[in-house]
Amino acid sequence: MYYKMKVEKLPELYALIASEKALYLPIEQAGAVEFRKWDESSCVRLDCLNTLKSAKGVFLPQSENLVAFKTEGKNISVIDNSETAFPFVIFGVRACDARSFDILDRVFLSDPVDTYYKTRRDNATVVTLACNEPEETCFCRNFGIDAADPAGDASAWIVDGELYVRPNTEKGETFVSRLSQLLEEASDVEKLEAAKQSVRDILGKLPFAELNLDRFKGDNMLDIFHDPAWKSLSESCLGCGTCTYVCPTCQCYDIKDFDTGSGIQRYRTWDSCMFSDFTKTAGGQPRPSQVERFRQRFMHKLVYYPMNNDDIYGCVGCGRCVAKCPVSMNIVKVIKTLGGEKK
Amino acid sequence: MQEIFGLIKEKAEKLFADGSVNRVLGWKKGETEYDRIPSVFESAEELEEFVYDGFCAANLSKYLIRESREDGKIAVLLKPCDSYSFNQLVKEHRIKRDNIYAIGIDCDGKLDIDKIKAAGVKAIQSIEENGSEVIVHTLYGDKKFNRQDVLLERCLCCKGKDHVSGDEFILAQNRVDTTVKDRFEDVRKLEAMTPDERFEFWRSELSKCIRCNACRNVCPACNCIKCVFDNEDSGVAAKANVDTFEENMFHIIRAFHVAGRCTDCGECSRVCPQHIPLHLLNRKFIKDIDELYGEFKAGADTETKGPLTDYRTGDAEPSLISDRGGSN
Ligand code: SF4
Ligand code: SF4
Ligand code: SF4
Ligand code: SF4
Repeated sequence: MYYKMKVEKLPELYALIASEKALYLPIEQAGAVEFRKWDESSCVRLDCLNTLKSAKGVFLPQSENLVAFKTEGKNISVIDNSETAFPFVIFGVRACDARSFDILDRVFLSDPVDTYYKTRRDNATVVTLACNEPEETCFCRNFGIDAADPAGDASAWIVDGELYVRPNTEKGETFVSRLSQLLEEASDVEKLEAAKQSVRDILGKLPFAELNLDRFKGDNMLDIFHDPAWKSLSESCLGCGTCTYVCPTCQCYDIKDFDTGSGIQRYRTWDSCMFSDFTKTAGGQPRPSQVERFRQRFMHKLVYYPMNNDDIYGCVGCGRCVAKCPVSMNIVKVIKTLGGEKK
Repeated sequence: MQEIFGLIKEKAEKLFADGSVNRVLGWKKGETEYDRIPSVFESAEELEEFVYDGFCAANLSKYLIRESREDGKIAVLLKPCDSYSFNQLVKEHRIKRDNIYAIGIDCDGKLDIDKIKAAGVKAIQSIEENGSEVIVHTLYGDKKFNRQDVLLERCLCCKGKDHVSGDEFILAQNRVDTTVKDRFEDVRKLEAMTPDERFEFWRSELSKCIRCNACRNVCPACNCIKCVFDNEDSGVAAKANVDTFEENMFHIIRAFHVAGRCTDCGECSRVCPQHIPLHLLNRKFIKDIDELYGEFKAGADTETKGPLTDYRTGDAEPSLISDRGGSN
């Protein structure tokens, strides 16, 4: 069942959602669009295809407090100062980012469950937004993602000045039922289907629409691992971490203690396998050169993750790393170099 | 640049053929129409993938820290602005000059894909550079740009088309000057602000920083073997900006550390995924140094001592800050 309303009413829709729950939207600040909490003064940018950092940060913030320790005399008190849970709606998630939540779920919701992540997942209603004008960097199609019909608790489309919404889950039904004063049942679903088809046509014509992923499977793990091409692929890499920080599926983090002077603040922060000190221990750095670190990022996405997760790739084709790497080196180049050209 | 592309390629092939070098450091075409990857070519055959055009903005000098320590001699392609970084690295003994054959190549300004995209260009299929025009073909139609309008900021205040180092030069017949503004123009605007306004400006910009380190890692002056921000023992190591203080500190420390050594190559601002105008911090330092110690261009040669690494009796005193009213 599809519902719809005029796009001019979007501010009313935001206000209505926000009257009940926190609302995250792609919001522009100082020229940068990210998922942020909405308020009346926000500059919402539903037209922005990809936020710079992905929607992942709403569930796995770049840094968050876990626990604090305070010393008083001989006593140490342990204080839980992690974020208090609150219910929220995240609206405007693209199909690629929506898929990234499934990929992260398999990591953070598997035993041992990451309670910080789970609390946010449980509290969230994910409302996706279909893409109208995909970019040349988009290659979600290779991973069976349909950008014209994204997943999520509810999906939304903007076609000809109208917003269409379709609930997909119970949470989605509840979301839509709360908006009944703005939404009406849509009777012109053919129009929407035609719009979806024209986006699919474009997706099929994008330069990376058909990558050959055949080689990337568990059976070839060692073969790919030892491929001599890693050396030249990695030689330009700066080890900066841009690709990992913009990636919706990169999931590594570090847990650190900050000495506040009167105690310790334990927090976690995103980490990057591209960094020279990644997983460094007293024994040293297990991947001493950038070739090994670079290889790790792509082996994880294309081989290790699928090996452990029913052949699902750990990349969703959002193209952020393609757009943002300072030396134009990226997963598409890796796939083409190691996997051969087009099908 | 088509004419000199052929000349450069021929030259590189010749260097391989007569055995003067065993590697060439240049650019290769990447996966999108505008991706150019800094690359080491190890044979004349590999040069098939070599490219030189408006998107070859990456400054190759920093790769020489690693490459000049490998066996044999490497040829490097330097645009005029890159030749300053090259000199500075030679001066700091970070690259081994004897293992390098430096070829200065012409530049008519480099294109800024972000400016092209900001004009609403999506789903690019191909890009044509045609004299003073850039034509972008996309799945949603074509768009034509005046080349000057889509150049990188640094090219609009180019340091000049003369190389300050090189063993040989490959230049075009008609050289194009892309300079249209004074590089301190925007610094003056910042200086004219009240301290509160200026603080607001930088807070707003730096609040966007995702601490990806691209600016630092691309910077030829940021060449410490271990950065203080990566050093667990320093007490300031961090993988994220957890508060506004850290957002500011990372950049202020970095700007101080490259002061007097930054050649204003513009790479930091070019690679910042958030478009933070980092060059303005560096240019403020450059302008201050010019005013306090006399005009100085880092990387103009390989010998002159930098004003901040030299002591002269007439040097500016710290009291200068209060003399200036503390507002600059
Ligand atoms: S691949 Fe690119 S973005 Fe990733 S660490 Fe290397 S240089 Fe940085
Ligand atoms: S690897 Fe690149 S394209 Fe794939 S999900 Fe991550 S950022 Fe997107
Ligand atoms: S990768 Fe696919 S889902 Fe993601 S923004 Fe591009 S078209 Fe949309
Ligand atoms: S490149 Fe930009 S976002 Fe990345 S650390 Fe530097 S200023 Fe921050």
